Amino acid sequence: MKQTLILLITAFFALSLSAQEAKTDKVLFKLPSVNVVDMNGKKINTSQLTNNGKPFIISFWATWCKPCVKELTTISEVYQDWQEETGVKLIAVSIDDSRSSAQVKTLVNGKNWEYEVLLDANADFKRAMNVNAVPHTFIVNGKGEIVWQHTSFSEGSELELIALIRKLNAGEPISQ
Amino acid sequence: MKNSTLLSFFAALFLVAAFTFNTRAQGILSQAQVNGNFQMDAQYYQVDSAIGAYAIPEKMLMNSWTNVTYVAGDFSAGMRFETYLNPISGYYKDLKGSGVPFWYAGYKSGQFEITAGNFYEQFGSGMVLRAYEEHNLGYDNALNGVRVKFTPFQGVTLKGIWGTQRYFWQKSPGIIRGGDVDIALNDAIKAFENSKLKLQIGGSFVSKFQDNEEISIGTDTTLKLPLNVGAASGRFNLTYGKFGMGAEYAYKINDPNASNKFIYRKGQGLLLNVSYSEKGFGVLIQAKRLDNMSFKSKRTETGNVLDINYLPAITKQHTYTLAALYPYATQTNGEMGLEGQLNYKFKKETLLGGHYGTDISLNFSQINSIDKTAVGTDAIDAPGTLGYESDFFKVGDKMYFRDINLEISHKFTKSFKASLNLMRQDYDPLVNGHEGEPMIHSNLAIAELTYKFTTTHALRGEFQILQTKQDQGDWAMAMFEYSIAPLWFFSVADQWNFGNENSDNRFHYPLIAAGYNNNANRIQVSYGKQRAGIVCVGGVCRPVPASNGFTVTITSSF
Repeated sequence: MKQTLILLITAFFALSLSAQEAKTDKVLFKLPSVNVVDMNGKKINTSQLTNNGKPFIISFWATWCKPCVKELTTISEVYQDWQEETGVKLIAVSIDDSRSSAQVKTLVNGKNWEYEVLLDANADFKRAMNVNAVPHTFIVNGKGEIVWQHTSFSEGSELELIALIRKLNAGEPISQ
Repeated sequence: MKNSTLLSFFAALFLVAAFTFNTRAQGILSQAQVNGNFQMDAQYYQVDSAIGAYAIPEKMLMNSWTNVTYVAGDFSAGMRFETYLNPISGYYKDLKGSGVPFWYAGYKSGQFEITAGNFYEQFGSGMVLRAYEEHNLGYDNALNGVRVKFTPFQGVTLKGIWGTQRYFWQKSPGIIRGGDVDIALNDAIKAFENSKLKLQIGGSFVSKFQDNEEISIGTDTTLKLPLNVGAASGRFNLTYGKFGMGAEYAYKINDPNASNKFIYRKGQGLLLNVSYSEKGFGVLIQAKRLDNMSFKSKRTETGNVLDINYLPAITKQHTYTLAALYPYATQTNGEMGLEGQLNYKFKKETLLGGHYGTDISLNFSQINSIDKTAVGTDAIDAPGTLGYESDFFKVGDKMYFRDINLEISHKFTKSFKASLNLMRQDYDPLVNGHEGEPMIHSNLAIAELTYKFTTTHALRGEFQILQTKQDQGDWAMAMFEYSIAPLWFFSVADQWNFGNENSDNRFHYPLIAAGYNNNANRIQVSYGKQRAGIVCVGGVCRPVPASNGFTVTITSSF
């Protein structure tokens, strides 16, 4: 028991060391392969999410999460400008379960959000992306690699997000 | 023994992973990656018996978990280490201990996807099967066994699961077997590919086996128990342009258990929703009927564990502290409910929209009992009998819960926005196990104001008032939060039970908090008194138990 534990820990450290060594391009991990559905019920595999080779944002949210709704409302006011300037896309992943998942479409349309919205009713995508709590926002580069992440939202956080997208577009690394 | 085998398995796995990295093997293995997350909540307790914060012998308690996932191409494996030494107050004491209760390995190969070990799964809306976790609530009913997903052709998914459930650090006595078929007609049938009508249909079957046990009614009757309990459901979901409709019906054979007082009645459940939405406007109506649908993998269990299915409450999930004071909980033994939701946006540059537009959200829900009439001469709900008869379409006389709430949010200037919530809630304490207490009628007003000093400095104020003549009387709450995006926040809050009939019990619940948030690493500290409920502070929502003292929360993703 003890020996295997030591072995496990050694292996883990060996692994994390080598992982760091390989992390020169600041890739956290690649998009996992999990099934979610869009607002029309169409099944979508998350490893296929793309913005035609351009960077995009994935934001985990829920209808009951005030800061999430605030974040998405704030971004929606400047979303058109963002898109025209940088070609960025935001994918809003709702973790509402069957208690409130039917309300997602009502809220998204009611608030006139233009995002691509996905439903992750049993939190499979949330778990695969290691999200502890919502809101949790990721930036994915054109190759489907997660290069940046952030939890929580406070007024003005959206400015950092778009600044990072501009950097990515300019070919600069967005180190954490 | 079992644990050490498990550890060896993972040690081997990680060694393979480490070598994969070091040798930079070509092909799929070179894409190997490791990621995960971590959370720790630690509390230091002070006694304040007045508010129900009693002495904790350990003085400090801690919950923590770490997920590690390894992915290499189509292969993945993961584990979660959990430690509760001892569990934070408000969580089940049975969680006490440390270990690896969750681990799995899985791969995808063509049309197949195999998972061995622990996994989460949901069939349809979850009325016959849902395994999930919410560690912030201490909830985890992961399955332990195998799962196979098979996609014979595009648009059709078959799933099969077989396993036991997590029961704190043990496994359920019941074994769960199930299958689900899901058909997306627009993907499966070429001719429908571009149809405006989007239709998905599905069906599930789940069976639970639990060995016989002796359960006696009175002194001389031992119940003859079904060892296998089957449940089935069918569902559809369609959208046609701006219209949407979905329904699921579930049926369960007789399943005498502690939740339903050991009656032999069959169970059924129906969920229905109809919606219409277009840009700037959305409306939704949901209806639900549940009749004897508690489904657990242990007959005698009544706690918030070992649920095989999920029966959602169709009421709005409030997150403002006082609005969540009297939350509804699904009555698995029987309820009929209706919920309506309307969202509307007054456009920019209109009278009610102003310069930036105005959002309104109107929500209504009411949940009643179901109609119950006695079967023959047996009393309603008498153990060992058929329980009762119920007219499917007849709404029961008893109202459990009603909630009418309106939210208006408006941005006045570039730096100032506000929202106002008005609510009326009627709540029967019996829904949370307090039978015989009077109905609580409450009126609430909540205002939230946000002012931005600069692009990244903002002050947010929350003012809440709840008026009621029942229970503990009136409450007020005020909260100020200063944030410096994206790194810092500081907040002070107080809840005050100013309307308590007993003037000695008009307690204050002051709380100060601060947080530092660098990318996906976050540390939050708070000091003060906290009531149980969902707390949204510093940009994150999380359910918390009642406490008095010092709390540290650290979360991190990697």
